[in-house]
This record gives sequence, C-alpha cells and structure tokens, in this order.
Amino acid sequence: MLKQIEGSHAVAEVVAKCRPNVISAYPITPQTHIVEELANIVGQGKLDAEYVNVESEFSAASVVLGASAAGARAYSATTSQGLLLMSEVIYCIAGMRLPIVFTIANRAISAPLSIWNDQQDSMALRDSGWIQLHAEDNQEAADLHIQAFKIAEETNLPIMVCMDGFILTHAFEPVDTPDQKEVDNFLPPFRPTNIVDPRWPRGIGLFADPRFYMETRYILHRAMEKSEETIKKVSEDFKKAFGRDSGGFIKTYKLEAADVVIISMGSVVGTIKDLIDQLEEEGKKVGLLQICSYRPFPRKEIYNTLKDKMNIVVVEKSISLGRGGILASDVRWSFPRAEKKDRNISSFIAGLGGRNITKNDLRYMVEKVEKEPVELEFLGLNKELISEKDL
Amino acid sequence: MNQSAEELNKVEKKDLFTSGHRACGGCGQALAARLVQDASGENTIACVATGCLEVFSSPYPDPSWRIPFLHSLFENASAVASGVEAAYKALKKGPVNIIAQGGDGSTADIGFQSISGMFERGHNVLYVCYDNEAYMNTGVQRSSFTPLGARTSTTPMGNKTRKKNMPLIAANHGIPYVATATVDDFRDLQRKVKTALSIEGPKYIHILAPCPLGWGHHGELTVEICRLAKDTGLFPIYEIVDGKMTNVKKIPVKVPVQEYLKLQGRFSHLFKKGGSPEIIAEIQQIANQNIERYNL
Ligand SMILES: Cc1ncc(C[n+]2csc(CCOP(=O)(O)OP(=O)(O)O)c2C)c(N)n1
Ligand code: SF4
Ligand SMILES: [Mg+2]
Repeated sequence: MLKQIEGSHAVAEVVAKCRPNVISAYPITPQTHIVEELANIVGQGKLDAEYVNVESEFSAASVVLGASAAGARAYSATTSQGLLLMSEVIYCIAGMRLPIVFTIANRAISAPLSIWNDQQDSMALRDSGWIQLHAEDNQEAADLHIQAFKIAEETNLPIMVCMDGFILTHAFEPVDTPDQKEVDNFLPPFRPTNIVDPRWPRGIGLFADPRFYMETRYILHRAMEKSEETIKKVSEDFKKAFGRDSGGFIKTYKLEAADVVIISMGSVVGTIKDLIDQLEEEGKKVGLLQICSYRPFPRKEIYNTLKDKMNIVVVEKSISLGRGGILASDVRWSFPRAEKKDRNISSFIAGLGGRNITKNDLRYMVEKVEKEPVELEFLGLNKELISEKDL
Repeated sequence: MNQSAEELNKVEKKDLFTSGHRACGGCGQALAARLVQDASGENTIACVATGCLEVFSSPYPDPSWRIPFLHSLFENASAVASGVEAAYKALKKGPVNIIAQGGDGSTADIGFQSISGMFERGHNVLYVCYDNEAYMNTGVQRSSFTPLGARTSTTPMGNKTRKKNMPLIAANHGIPYVATATVDDFRDLQRKVKTALSIEGPKYIHILAPCPLGWGHHGELTVEICRLAKDTGLFPIYEIVDGKMTNVKKIPVKVPVQEYLKLQGRFSHLFKKGGSPEIIAEIQQIANQNIERYNL
C-alpha cells in the first residue's frame, strides 16, 4: 500500500513483516525511530517476537548473535558509535556465519561528535564479512530488508542494509509497504541448519589453531564473492514479485553516451541524477554508476560497464585518513593497471558530518574533472575555517 | 520443579564434559566445569566466555563438550545466553537449561556490564563464575578478584586491593538465587547447580577454582586449598535465596590465614625475610570480618 510515511517507520513496518523472532537494539540517533516503532509493533501484539532492551550496543549485537545461533531470525539496527562499539561482535557474527540483518542509519563518527550523516561507520566495518547494501531512497531501504533476510539465509552471511541517517531515516516520502501475504510468499520461514540444540549437541565458536584458521577466512571470502549471484537473483525475483527495481549489484543512469561517469552510493545519487538531467539539457553527457552492493564489491560489473569510459569520478562520504577515498581506491583497483593508462579516476570526498552536497558542488566537480584528473579533493570545504597553522 | 532431597544430593557423573582436554594437572576450573555440566545434564546449552576453560576445552575439531557449546567473545557470554534464551522463548522451544560460564575476568571486569544487564532483565539463565582470582589464560595478570597481597604478572610486588564481592553484587540485582561453592565438595556444588536450575529467572553461582599454575601450588593440593579457603574464612560458603542468606557453612575449626597462604607461591613474598607481616595481618582481618559478617 502506497502511503506517505517516515523512512524509519517504513523500514520498521517492513522488518516486522519479515517476522523476526528476536529483536535487540540500543538507542542512538538517527536509528531510534526504527527501533521505537518496532517496539510499538511488538508491544501491540502485531508481531510475535522477543524484543530485548539491552544495556549497550555490544550486548544488542551479542543477543542477536546468541538468538541466531539458537535458530531465531534476528534483527538489530544501529549507527555510528553504536556500530563501532559492536565491532568485535560484528566480526564474530560473520565468522560464525550467522544470517543476521541490521539496519545501519549511516552517521558520522566522533570526534568531533556529530549526529549527522556520512558513511564512515559502515565503511569502518567493510572488511568484516558482512554484505553491505546501500539504499538510494526509502522505497529501496524498505525493499532491501525483505531481500536481505532472504539473501542472508540463503548464503549464511549477515547483512547491513545501509540508509543515510536523517536524509532517509527522517524523510517523509511515499513508500509502498507490501502486505503480509506478499512478504510471506517471497520470504519463506527461516530453516537454520547449524544451531545449538540439545537434540543435536554441537559446538559453535570453537577456536582454530594455525592449521585451520586460514581456511575459515578463505571460505568466508569465497562465500562473500559467491553471494553476488544470490544478491542479483533475489533482486530479480523481487522485481517479478513486487514489480519494482530494487537492490541488485549496480545501477546505471544515462551511462551509454556519457563522457564523464560519476560513481557514488546512497541517497546522494538522487541529486546526481537531477544534475545529470540538467547538464544533458545544456548539452553535456554525464552518466551515473550507482553502487548498490558495496560488499561484495561489484568489481567486474564496474570494469565491464566502464571499460570504454575514460573519465570517471568517485564521490563518497567517507575517507581512509592518511590514504584517501575508500570507494575511490576500490574503483581504481577494479581496472587492470596496465590497461588504458590514460583513464582518469578522480576522487572527491563530500558530505562528511552532514555537510550538504549541493547540485552546485557536484557541477563544480564535473567541470573540474572535465579539465583535469583530481587525485583527491574535499568538496564544499569552507577554507575560511582552516588557518595555515592547522595544516 | 521440586526435586527430592535425595535427587539434589546425588553426585552426578555423566561425562558430558569429557577428559582429554588441555587443562593443567589439578586445574580447579576443569574439575568445576565437569561437575557443573554433569549436574545440569544433557538438556543444557553452555554459553562460554573466552578464557582458560574455553581454550583448553574447545579446540577445533575435538572439543570436550557433549552438550551444545556456544562461544563468541570474552565479555559477552551473558548477552549471548540472553539471546539464546530469547530465541527459545520466541520459537516456543524448551524447556532447556542455559548456563553462561566464564572466568573471574570475563564475569566481573570486562563482562560486568553484560552480566548486570542479564540479571536486571530477568533472563532464565544460570551464570557460573569460575573464580581463579586472575586472568590465567593470558598468563596470570591481575583481575578485580585478585586478593590482597597476591603476586600476579601485573602486580609483581603483590596486589594492593581487596577482592570485589561479586556474589553480593549479583544478589543486589534482586535475582532469586545466588550461591558460592568450591571444588572440594562435589555434592554441595552439584546440589547448588541443580537447585539453581530448578528456579525460574537469573541465577549466579560463584565457584572458587584454584589454579595450580597461577597460584603456585602443587596440582594435588587443589582440594586442600579449597578446604583451607573455607576454614580460614576467606571464602564463605552460602546461598542467597530470594534475597535471604541461608545455608551458611559453619567452619568446624577456624584456621589462621597463614596456613592457606603458605601453600601458594603467589603469597610466598609475604613470608620471606623483610616480607610483609602487615599484609598477612590485613588478610587475617579480612577473614575475621567474613567470619563475623557471615556468621561462619
Ligand atoms: C576484548 C578482549 N580483551 C582481552 C582478551 C584477552 N584475554 C583472553 S582470556 C583473558 C583472561 C581470562 O581471564 P578470566 O576470565 O579470569 O578466565 P581464566 O582464563 O582465568 O579462566 C584475556 C585477558 C580478549 N580475548 N578479548
Ligand atoms: S592456567 Fe590455571 S586455570 Fe588455566 S588450565 Fe592451567 S590450572 Fe587451569
Ligand atoms: Mg580467571
């Protein structure tokens, strides 16, 4: 049913329709509206689940870990400091191959404290063995959760559905929330195989000496790579069932004729598409490649799609301090070094700590890379706030 | 779940925690773990924290556990057990015994927040703390359970603080059952496990588990050391049921603390020439206070 609804509430409604058995979370802005709404839904008896109010994110992640290992479909949501506090458990969940789904309401990381959006938090956990799917808008955020439970349970991999904090979580937009029957038809009940149960005593979380550890990491890496097929298939099945394009590996916009290709992910792609339309009217050919699945990384898709593109610019809301753009280095690595040395891949950092990314900023970025490649530049910096002695 | 006195007092031997693990000879924790699992029986899920117990009993591919075993991290056994319990409720499975277990460090230091949360939320989980009074798995470093005067690798001159009183902290969460035990009295320890598991809600059992390696005593003295810990008054044995202290174990003949301290290398510096008679006196004072406080 199509209705005007806050992003967080749309996600909560859809998560509830996925029938998680155990939900555990700890409040942190801008994730709160999601877990408050889920508490309402459980409290009103509309979802038969255990809602565990814990004393920290560390325990929230540990509770869903235990619940999943005992055979429950388990869900949590967090962001920023909460996700970092969980990080030890996050790695553990992946290593134990527990198909847990999280919403990440992407937010900047302290210090300085900022409750506003960027994507540094989920980026910090990119190597943990969790699938990371990025939503463009609230419809996609809602849809991705239905897909996520299915992908997770088919691959035994945990999933973070990332949605930009405030920009999406607190935005009122029309969202089509499917009814329970549609979701039930798409998402079968969870049938776990590897669980703690006295009927089949087994150990989960044994320690591995140097004879065994490497293989578990190799297998996990291969599982992450292989999940590409499942992510694509589930997205296609979703389209058949619900009639909407959501998720998948990458998406493109006006790419074919483009002279300049912008690569990005998350809600900023909406602004980018508007700009592309404007530039088109002005006679400029600019296209977009949108990353939907950041982990596993769509390296082959990027290469195959952009083989003939010589001017690429990556704009992202995170940075590896002392190194540069994280998404940019992933993209640069997607092209064989020896091939086409004159291909330019520029890197822009934007929107950190909630700084607005305006169409003008993006227009400036395109005009700049039309002239010359950019190794690394911060978009929309206020130079007046930075003095010589700061540098 | 009313069990007869006979059932409660029976010593159980089921080999649910099998031998062949890698604990040191005379390890109090290995003995305690066997007694706990055998008392709880097959219908049990063990949620174990990182530490000596986990490391010596759960190497892939041959763990010592014949019941379901779940290990995640050092500081979250209580939260993981809470999740297992929530899953059983949600899936309408069970009943099942869920026992979170860990060393003193994982219980009272790094996992303190997590255990407090589990108690406060009222999960139907038994927590067993194997207290060997230091971080043994990483090489005998001080924990908040390390007693006054004890030498550890991070208190080379002897520990300057008194031991944290975890059983009373647990009891002050208002949980229905708290007990202390030692590994020299199998019957008492197993009775307490069975009693705890018959009660709905969070339970806490604190077991003194001497560590020959870290305490510097011969493995065959583990049982004797437990007896002395009780008879000096340093480790009071009691139960707290619904907030009321009961079954306080009386000391038949009170023993001076020196008898206990002398057997252990970790206290040997107190007795050397130019040692610390004032520390020994303070330890005796702690024992006296316990004797008075708990009416031992
Ligand atoms: C977050 C974290 N910090 C530190 C460690 C290292 N570590 C593993 S076991 C352990 C000590 C365990 O002490 P305790 O809980 O008393 O159990 P014991 O080994 O003494 O039985 C430590 C410090 C760890 N595994 N994880
Ligand atoms: S170090 Fe101590 S606790 Fe660890 S196995 Fe040896 S005796 Fe047991
Ligand atoms: Mg210890």
